Amino acid sequence: MIYENKIKRNEVKSGGQSDLIPTIKFRHCSLLRNRRCAVAYLYDRLLRIRALRWEYGSVLPNALRFHMSAEEMEWFNRYKKSLATYMRSLGGDEGLDITQDMKPPKSLYIEVRCLKDYGEFEVDDGTSVLLKKNSQHFLPRWKCEQLVRQGILEHVLS
Amino acid sequence: MSEAYFRVESGALGPEENFLSLDDILMSHEKLPVRTETPMPRLGAFFLERSGGPETDHAIPQGSKLELPLWLAKGLFDNKRRILSVELPKIYQQGWRTVFSADANVVDLHKLGPHFYGFGSQLLHFDSPENADISQSLLQTFIGRFRRIMDSSQNAYNEDTSALVARLDEMERGLFQTGQKGLNDFQCWEKGQASQITASSLVQNYKKRKLTDMDD
Repeated sequence: MIYENKIKRNEVKSGGQSDLIPTIKFRHCSLLRNRRCAVAYLYDRLLRIRALRWEYGSVLPNALRFHMSAEEMEWFNRYKKSLATYMRSLGGDEGLDITQDMKPPKSLYIEVRCLKDYGEFEVDDGTSVLLKKNSQHFLPRWKCEQLVRQGILEHVLS
Repeated sequence: MSEAYFRVESGALGPEENFLSLDDILMSHEKLPVRTETPMPRLGAFFLERSGGPETDHAIPQGSKLELPLWLAKGLFDNKRRILSVELPKIYQQGWRTVFSADANVVDLHKLGPHFYGFGSQLLHFDSPENADISQSLLQTFIGRFRRIMDSSQNAYNEDTSALVARLDEMERGLFQTGQKGLNDFQCWEKGQASQITASSLVQNYKKRKLTDMDD
C-alpha cells in the first residue's frame, strides 16, 4: 500500500496537480502510523516470547503455545536453538547452562515445599519423590530450580 | 529481580521518539491545535464541520483550525510551513509557564496531558519562537517536582501509593516505580530473601489470567 502511495505521489508531482499533495502526505502519514503500531505490537510480543524461554524453559505449556502464531513458534524454536548453541560453546566440553542459577547460589541442596500436585519426580541417584501439595523435601538445587521458577515448588528459607 | 522481559524504552525526551516504543506511540497520539496554510482537498470527509462541500471537492479551506494528533502534525509539518502551522497548546504557553515557575509541586500534571514532558520535548521540533522558554520551563518544572517524587518513592514501603502517584505524569510515574522497585529489592536483601528462588512475575501473572479463563 505504501508503494502504491508513492507511485501516486510521483504521478501527481509530474502531472502538475500539485494541490493534491497535502492529501497524499496525509494518507502517507496514516499508512506509516498504522505500520508503526502493527510492528511495535508484534515486536513486543516477540520480546515477551523471548522472556518465556528464560522463565519457563524449553518446553512451553500447551495453553501458551495455542496463543502464538506459527511464525512466532518458529521464531521461538530458532531462538532456543541459538541459545543452546551458545550455551554449548561456553565452559569446556559440555557447555554451561546459563538459564540456571539466576541468583547466586548459597548451597547445593535446598528445602522446598510443594504448592501443587505434580506427581513423581526423579532425583539423580534414582530415588523418586512424590510431589504432593504441602509436602516438604530437601532436594539438590539444580534439579528443582526450574520447578520453583514455574511456581510448582516454593523455596523455603530456614 | 531476575526479570527477562525488557520493554522498549521511550525516546521522547531525547531528539527523536523510538519507533518501536509503545509509550512513544501512546504519547504521539495526543492532539495539538493546528492551522492549515493551504486548502487540503478531499479531506473534508474526515472533518465534516470544516469541509467546503461537494463543489470544492470536499476540501478543508485554508486557514481553518483543526486538532491533529502529534504524529500527523509532525508528518505534515515542514520548515517552510506550506501545509500546516502549529500553535502551542495552552499548557506550554506563557500563562501556564508562570504557574509552573511559581510552584511546580501543586500542579496536577496527569490531568494536563498524561505525557507532559514527552509531548513538550517533541513539540520543540516545530520551531516555535518560544522554544527556548518552553525547554527551560520543562526543565525547571521537573527540577521543582523531582525532590518530592524521590522522597515519596523511597519511603513508601508496602503501602497504597495511589494518592502519591495521582498527580504525576507518565514519565514521573516511571521514575516513581523504579524508585519503589529499588526500595523493595533493598528490603528483600535486608531480610535475607535475596538468595531465595522465586517464581517469576511472568509466571504468576499468567496463572492469574488462566484462572479467569477457566471461570468463563
